[in-house]
Amino acid sequence: MPQTFSEKILAQKAGLSCTTPGQIVEVTPNVALSHDNTAPIYGIFKKMGGKKVFNPDMHAIFLDHAAPAPSTKHAENHKIIRQFVREQGIKNFYDVGRGISHQLMVEEGLALPGEIVLGSDSHTPHAGVMGAFGAGIGRSEMASIWALGKLWLRVPESLKIVVHGQLKPGVTAKDLALYVIGDLGNDGGLYLSVEWHGEAIQALSLSSRATLPNITAEMGAKNSYIPPDQVVFDYLEGRAKRPYTPIYPDANAVYARVVEYNADDIEPMIAAPHRVDNTRPLSEFAGTRIDQAFLGTCTNGRLEDLAAAAAVLQGQKVASGARMIVIPASAQVYLEAMEAGYIKTFIEAGAIVESPGCGPCMGNHMGVPAVGEVTISAANRNFRGRMGTRDSEIYLASPEVVAASAVAGEITAPDTINN
Amino acid sequence: MTKDKEQLNIIKGRVWKYGDDVNTDVIFPGKYTYTVSDPKEMAQYALEDLDSDFAKDVQPGDIIVAGKNWGNGSSREQAVTCLKEAGVGAIIAKSFARIYGRNCINNALLAITNSEAVDAIQNGEEIEIDVAAGQIHCAAGSFSFPPLPANVLNIIQAGGLIEYTRRQINEK
Repeated sequence: MPQTFSEKILAQKAGLSCTTPGQIVEVTPNVALSHDNTAPIYGIFKKMGGKKVFNPDMHAIFLDHAAPAPSTKHAENHKIIRQFVREQGIKNFYDVGRGISHQLMVEEGLALPGEIVLGSDSHTPHAGVMGAFGAGIGRSEMASIWALGKLWLRVPESLKIVVHGQLKPGVTAKDLALYVIGDLGNDGGLYLSVEWHGEAIQALSLSSRATLPNITAEMGAKNSYIPPDQVVFDYLEGRAKRPYTPIYPDANAVYARVVEYNADDIEPMIAAPHRVDNTRPLSEFAGTRIDQAFLGTCTNGRLEDLAAAAAVLQGQKVASGARMIVIPASAQVYLEAMEAGYIKTFIEAGAIVESPGCGPCMGNHMGVPAVGEVTISAANRNFRGRMGTRDSEIYLASPEVVAASAVAGEITAPDTINN
Repeated sequence: MTKDKEQLNIIKGRVWKYGDDVNTDVIFPGKYTYTVSDPKEMAQYALEDLDSDFAKDVQPGDIIVAGKNWGNGSSREQAVTCLKEAGVGAIIAKSFARIYGRNCINNALLAITNSEAVDAIQNGEEIEIDVAAGQIHCAAGSFSFPPLPANVLNIIQAGGLIEYTRRQINEK
């Protein structure tokens, strides 16, 4: 029977010849991802009566959400996690400053084609950029995996998104992602396994591609997959933690829905407050005053994103009365951005460069807005209160639009900034 | 065990009705995720940014009725824990965000998907859910929902995934 990616990988991992949507299977993930929430998960694990974890090598633990610790409470939380990691002999541990989990999963060769990543973080579908099945789960579920080494999953229906043609110059994968979410809605992928196909997707760099499965979480998807090609295999050369075997959907697999787009139709997009699917063309928002510009996160904090922003900021200044925060997604990105001169450009432009991690994305620290302030952000969420302040507004955009808006002090297209 | 059985038989309470796409940031604000760990305290912040009366006035057994995609956004389990601890007996929605729906099962909080019932039920009315019979009774009439899958029922009957896993560990 022809199978979608998810039907096939879940069958394989459950030791079955095939699966159908709705079926419940039990699987052992290749990677169990957790972050600062490892401490509360450990609490649940102990409450369950857990002593030794099922397999320490299954774990990948990242301190990224409030890192370095902004308060004693956060610091105590980190301390518990470091202790847990030592006690259990967990090798894949990435302490504060190393970067954001989803970025490190890729950089460290932990997210691999044909593997299952379950993470106690809603953006775990990010791993799909490498052709993995990545799905977010809750804390109790993670604790149960630590104890029993397995979890039940419902085999999802699949949504196939095909993007034809090529994105126009100045249009990024972020714009594509916002365009698709605006079209399908924030529940357009609810419960679904999303597959990204088409020449426009394959033409994207690995870094650009990552934006797509990352932000698919905002459509309610269970996981999000890009068929791995030579770009992925080359990147994994000498980097993959284990040998891997890619899994591809069958050509005649059955999809709950197939949606097709022409890349040519897409222009720079903005997601306006307070919904990610509240997207409209950038031109409609030109002139909207901003107080803060934020470049970073698992969505758009990679070298390519910093390069795009630096190209806009070269020889420019952040507008008086506005501020710009730049947070590289990982220490590796930070280092490469420094070597490329981007960090110098940011600082000369008057931007603030902070240590790798999630930063102010979910309002923990490092750039929480004041009441009434407006932020333009390269992140993936603009919910009310997301950045820590209920009565503030977040607009989502691509890195170059974030940078251009920082220079203008209002939402603007990069081509209005003269370089 | 009797408590679990009771919970699973009849749930009766007042309705708190909300709209579509209520996300986890308004159910349990992100800023508390690493500073509040006591479930009782979590309950004080339940729906803080959506309905400031809720945490003050909610009674044990009360039922949340919501539109589509309830609980979208972050995977934070506190968005379920805070409601469970506040005494919410069940949530009926047109649809649940995926992780939220799983978190409900894992915290033994009944999550029922039924669009017709949601449209029919009025805010503030008292309704009854007969879990064993798969029936929702409200002023506008009765609505049925399919029986829970066995694995889901096992977890809920155990009182949640924690207790379920504890029993599994003990059996090993």
